[in-house]
Amino acid sequence: MPEVLKAPLVVEFPFTRSLGPVQSAFLTGLRERVVLGVRTGDGRTLVPPVEYDPVTAEEIRDLTEVAPTGTVTTWAWNHAPRRGQPLTTPFAWALVRLDGADTALLHALDVPGPDAVHTGMRVRIRWAEERTGAITDIACFEPYDGSRAQPTGHTGEFADPVTGIVAAARLDYTYSPGRAQTAYINALSGRRTVGERCPACRKVYVPPRGACPTCGVATSEQVEVGPRGTVTTFCIVNIKAAHTANLDIEVPYVYAHIALDGADLALHGRIGGIPYDEVRMGLRVEPVWTEGARYPDHYRPTGEPDADYDTYKELL
Amino acid sequence: MTSAPGDRQIAVVAFAQTVHRRSSEELSEVEMLMPVLHEVLDRTGLKTADIDFTCSGSSDYLAGRAFSFTLALDGVGAWPPISESHVEMDGAWALYEAWTKLLTGDADTALVYSYGKSSPGSVRDVLTRQLDPYYVAPLWPDSVALAALQAQALIDAGDTDEPALAAVASRNREAASANPHTQLKGPVAQGDYLVRPLRTGDCPPIGDGAAAVILAAGDRARDLCAHPAWIRGIDHRVEAHGLGVRDLTDSPSTRLAAERAGAFERPVDTAELHAPFTAQEVVLRKALRLGDGVVVNPSGGALAANPIMAAGLIRIGEAAARIHRGESGRALAHATSGPCLQQNLVAVLEGEPR
Repeated sequence: MPEVLKAPLVVEFPFTRSLGPVQSAFLTGLRERVVLGVRTGDGRTLVPPVEYDPVTAEEIRDLTEVAPTGTVTTWAWNHAPRRGQPLTTPFAWALVRLDGADTALLHALDVPGPDAVHTGMRVRIRWAEERTGAITDIACFEPYDGSRAQPTGHTGEFADPVTGIVAAARLDYTYSPGRAQTAYINALSGRRTVGERCPACRKVYVPPRGACPTCGVATSEQVEVGPRGTVTTFCIVNIKAAHTANLDIEVPYVYAHIALDGADLALHGRIGGIPYDEVRMGLRVEPVWTEGARYPDHYRPTGEPDADYDTYKELL
Repeated sequence: MTSAPGDRQIAVVAFAQTVHRRSSEELSEVEMLMPVLHEVLDRTGLKTADIDFTCSGSSDYLAGRAFSFTLALDGVGAWPPISESHVEMDGAWALYEAWTKLLTGDADTALVYSYGKSSPGSVRDVLTRQLDPYYVAPLWPDSVALAALQAQALIDAGDTDEPALAAVASRNREAASANPHTQLKGPVAQGDYLVRPLRTGDCPPIGDGAAAVILAAGDRARDLCAHPAWIRGIDHRVEAHGLGVRDLTDSPSTRLAAERAGAFERPVDTAELHAPFTAQEVVLRKALRLGDGVVVNPSGGALAANPIMAAGLIRIGEAAARIHRGESGRALAHATSGPCLQQNLVAVLEGEPR
């Protein structure tokens, strides 16, 4: 078997999230170096605060300030920080119960080594120099042997509260399309289109994914299809492409389902070389390749007579 | 199809899984899954068209692609249209959905499958995306780090220590030697700290794999399997999502799910626990009040093979397979999802007296 294809795949998205009243107050507070918790009906103070009591599910909004000093309730030594984590030098992950709080906050603790951490140790917040209203406004925790810091008595009211965060996420993958699609893509590089035939129903699937979606059995017999085909159905696109690779495509244009000769499944492609309002069901087309391309740029009329409806009606 | 809800008894009648591997990059998801689907169907003689309901579990974040489960549907013959559903969770929760569907009387048979390929990405990073997006995910705490916080909490509480954790690792991987599907088996060095106090030996292997189960109701189950594994009870519960709100040394959600599933009504002889990290087995044994007489993870557990999204369903499958083989009379299967045992499912399976 030839080697499967592989390519880097990066999925990256700046999730924009709005904040409720409690989260907004907490994150705005961090920007102003004030730590706010929320009080539950039974008098516990939750830090970080949530909008609903985790036990009773009651809505809670009673903000209360806690101290920027606290106690480590558990920890783990991270000798190899990973991308995106709070510190680039080795650090301890810690759950810290701030003075005045009944629950613990997860963050990084900056200490020289694991021997310098223990459960019960006293720590304080090290603020980030630039703060925007995000959990990363706490740069990390650091050891602290002074007395318990006193809250300022803040009410949680801010003149200019943050109402949202942008939570950027990026994950890196090495994508591999598997055996069947690798064979399809490799054939395309020779400007050939190869499908796979189902051993049970004998239908030829293009592009092949290694399984017959009707019978649920593996396909492996390769069948070359096309290059010519028939337009089974189409639509007229009036929206200009936003993607840079397609900016030169003028609207309106036609996007069609094309049943390649020998295939039992239509694939889709753009129709060119004919005015958009002259494209029709049954139109015979052939692929147009551009230099260096990995798949046909578009399909154009072959000039043959239109296919008879009965020859493609099952493929609609 | 029949319509006899109420006292319907549902059983696991067949189970199949892949040989779990570090990477199966030469296969697409459906190519990896299909042999397992065929194997589980072959065990019952059913064809895909005979299945009343199909339910799957998987994750787009592992695949790096939206609606990735739709591609796997080719493997079950989803055309002409079938009755189908999907959970973006471990397949154990897909099994729960299928069980409720069978209970209603809308279906007599169900195919449950799940799969995960961790090899295309970095699973430690991928799993950070399931965390609270406001307070936790921006810090990118990885799955091993969170499990390590739980382990340290247990050590501080005096519930375990590093040698005890090493013994858990060793016992699971020794058991895995007899299981041809496992990825990590036999003596495995505890190794260096990955995130202290967890060493590499305390952590599960990263791997690709799939599993499938067939459920059937009442007499249909007896027709399809000589020794059906009857699901006597099944329940799942979730903890507060804030890690600092929870007592990490305990698992009240597991205990409650077990209670609701009837696990404490009579002792079990076998427990398949979904504990990807050694310290989590300590938490689960305590929550489930498992005595020394209970055989825990005879399959090797998640420390021997942990295909994400399938490892929980595999626990139910392995427990059922022991009943099919006559090696267990009453078994408990547990599945987890989320950081530090956040969500837990417990099923109680029983054979018939022989």
